[in-house]
Amino acid sequence: MSATDLELRLPLGDWVEAGVDGLIATFGGFFDLVKTVLVACFDSLELVLATPPMWLVALVLAAMAFAAKGWKLAVGALVGFVVVQGVDQWDNAMATLALVLVASVIALAIGIPLGIWAARDDRVSRAVRPVLDFMQTMPAFVYLIPVVIIFLTGAVPGIVATIVFALAPGVRFTELGIRGVDKEVVEAGHAFGSTPGRILRQIQIPLALPTIMAGVNQVIMLALSMVVIAGMVGADGLGRDVVSALSRVNVSLGFEAGLSVVILAIYLDRLTSALADRSPVARAMRVTAA
Amino acid sequence: MTALRAEGVYKVFGRRPAEAVRRLQAGQTRDEVKDHGTAAVIDASFEVADGETFVVMGLSGSGKSTLIRMLNGLWRPTAGRILLGDADLSTITPRDLRALRQRRVSMVFQHFALLPHRTIIDNAAYPLALQDVDRTERRRRAGEALEMVGLAGWEDHLPSELSGGMRQRVGLARALAAGTDVLLMDEAFSALDPLIRREMQEQLLELQQTLGKTIVFITHDLNEAMHLGDRIAVMRDGRIVQIGTSEQILSDPANDYVAQFVADVDRTRVLTARSVMVRPAAVVTTGAGPRVALHEMRAAQATAAYLVDRDRTLRGVLRDQDVVAAQRAGTESLVDLTCDEVTPVHVDALLADVFAPSAETPLPVPVIDDRGRLVGVIPRVTLLEAMSPPVVEPSSPDPAPADESAAVPA
Repeated sequence: MSATDLELRLPLGDWVEAGVDGLIATFGGFFDLVKTVLVACFDSLELVLATPPMWLVALVLAAMAFAAKGWKLAVGALVGFVVVQGVDQWDNAMATLALVLVASVIALAIGIPLGIWAARDDRVSRAVRPVLDFMQTMPAFVYLIPVVIIFLTGAVPGIVATIVFALAPGVRFTELGIRGVDKEVVEAGHAFGSTPGRILRQIQIPLALPTIMAGVNQVIMLALSMVVIAGMVGADGLGRDVVSALSRVNVSLGFEAGLSVVILAIYLDRLTSALADRSPVARAMRVTAA
Repeated sequence: MTALRAEGVYKVFGRRPAEAVRRLQAGQTRDEVKDHGTAAVIDASFEVADGETFVVMGLSGSGKSTLIRMLNGLWRPTAGRILLGDADLSTITPRDLRALRQRRVSMVFQHFALLPHRTIIDNAAYPLALQDVDRTERRRRAGEALEMVGLAGWEDHLPSELSGGMRQRVGLARALAAGTDVLLMDEAFSALDPLIRREMQEQLLELQQTLGKTIVFITHDLNEAMHLGDRIAVMRDGRIVQIGTSEQILSDPANDYVAQFVADVDRTRVLTARSVMVRPAAVVTTGAGPRVALHEMRAAQATAAYLVDRDRTLRGVLRDQDVVAAQRAGTESLVDLTCDEVTPVHVDALLADVFAPSAETPLPVPVIDDRGRLVGVIPRVTLLEAMSPPVVEPSSPDPAPADESAAVPA
């Protein structure tokens, strides 16, 4: 006996659908604006990454690795990029990189301030937590449906879905980091007559930075894990090749595109971890160990 | 001049603090109001004079940390008033409070609370940066403060490169650099190991001699309290149970709890000759002769008399047998008869320093003031008696403070 036989079925899905319709009717103009902005960001970033010759972009990325960490990471990155080029996935990789960067930057621009707010106000923290749980555990395909209805296909629904999925660690790590700052040091700020804003800038954010940077790293990794789903809704990049390889049962194409995702992921992970290690507090802590 | 005054201050954490305060004021105990909130500080009133070192002593959970945090407005009292000079901290605006903290009151923290990513000089200069002092002036004053605490040469190091004792010196230098009259020290030396702690106490006393700051010092260590404090407030379960000098607290504890607390203190290093001395039994002036001296001794049933000038300056001690012999020989002057086996002690000498003179002679040790005048004597029996603490009822329900050193700081 199913629930419908008892006529007790909760029409939750219908309500959500009606809600989405209402959203489109009310905020149609706003969504158009969002779409225009996201398209502009994505296109210009992809232009910057994909227009110059491959070797130039690869060298710049390797130079960033060198600056952040050292020559080992730079050489490793260069080898990886040559492999990506060798399997003819370079343009796709740059499209994916553009999508991941746009989505991550926006997710962080929302997530870090929200995390700071949540750390300073318990009520905000309590309100935000279930929302983040929902965003992280709701299967991505499910909220892809309204996103596609609103933004149709292409890079934009991919970016929006990625932002939603990747937002949570940015908020969580920031809140954790700020709350984890030694209470006495914050008290010292107050005791010497600092303003709350200065305490945030001079004490809380610098001391929480290693944790916040770990959040940045997680945001980027989660964004990268969404590329296949973004590919399904028609965003250019490695994801689309993976999806088409799946539908055509093409092992070689699937592996090549997949490997390119892995190379990109390792590069971004090592780069952001290295940046986290270079924060002033992390460096100061290393002095003790030395 | 009063630098700091607390009037009937309460601090209750929890859901209904005002109701808890009302009930406490009506005479209910801390446990009875537990449902309304946790009473951290109950009816605290005291005054701290300019240049005084006021120590608040209590075990963890006694409310001392909450109390000190109300003195610079980190916590607002639930009821009562805190007056810092002429500013009322219970009604002050946030802006005025910040200005007050910059100019009037600074703080030293138990775990140093330094900024790990800034150099030592920048840490010491932190309060000055908040006061918008320009960079060169800031470095100069912070450098001076670091020099005062003996950290010259460490300016460009990071806190993590320093030992605990040195880090707390930075904490102290930071508070000194702020240039405030009032210094709050929250268990400032509790996280340091005993030798370093002792060293820091000495340094604080030394600095205090030249700087003359008003210091409120929180500690759970009674010996530290007695060593540093001009006056001590003993706290228990949120209430101040006694305020007094270390001598007053030792010799006249307000209740069994305080008495038990002070039972283990080395009293000879706190009590001074003044607090145990008694009136000399037999005193003769230099103008008198042997006959008068013997009469005095006979009247007091003493075996010796103290010979003083007209202005009571001590000239020496006369033993009975010497005076009798002098009388037989017909000597008239007493001055040449004094024996040299008795060494006088100063009225502010610690009892620990009275033992040696007392051991040399069976006679009571004479006590003199700054001008050498006889002000009293200490018989050996009085000295021995003073060493043992006042009797405490063994059935007292108060928890013994024996676990005090192991207690987690509040």
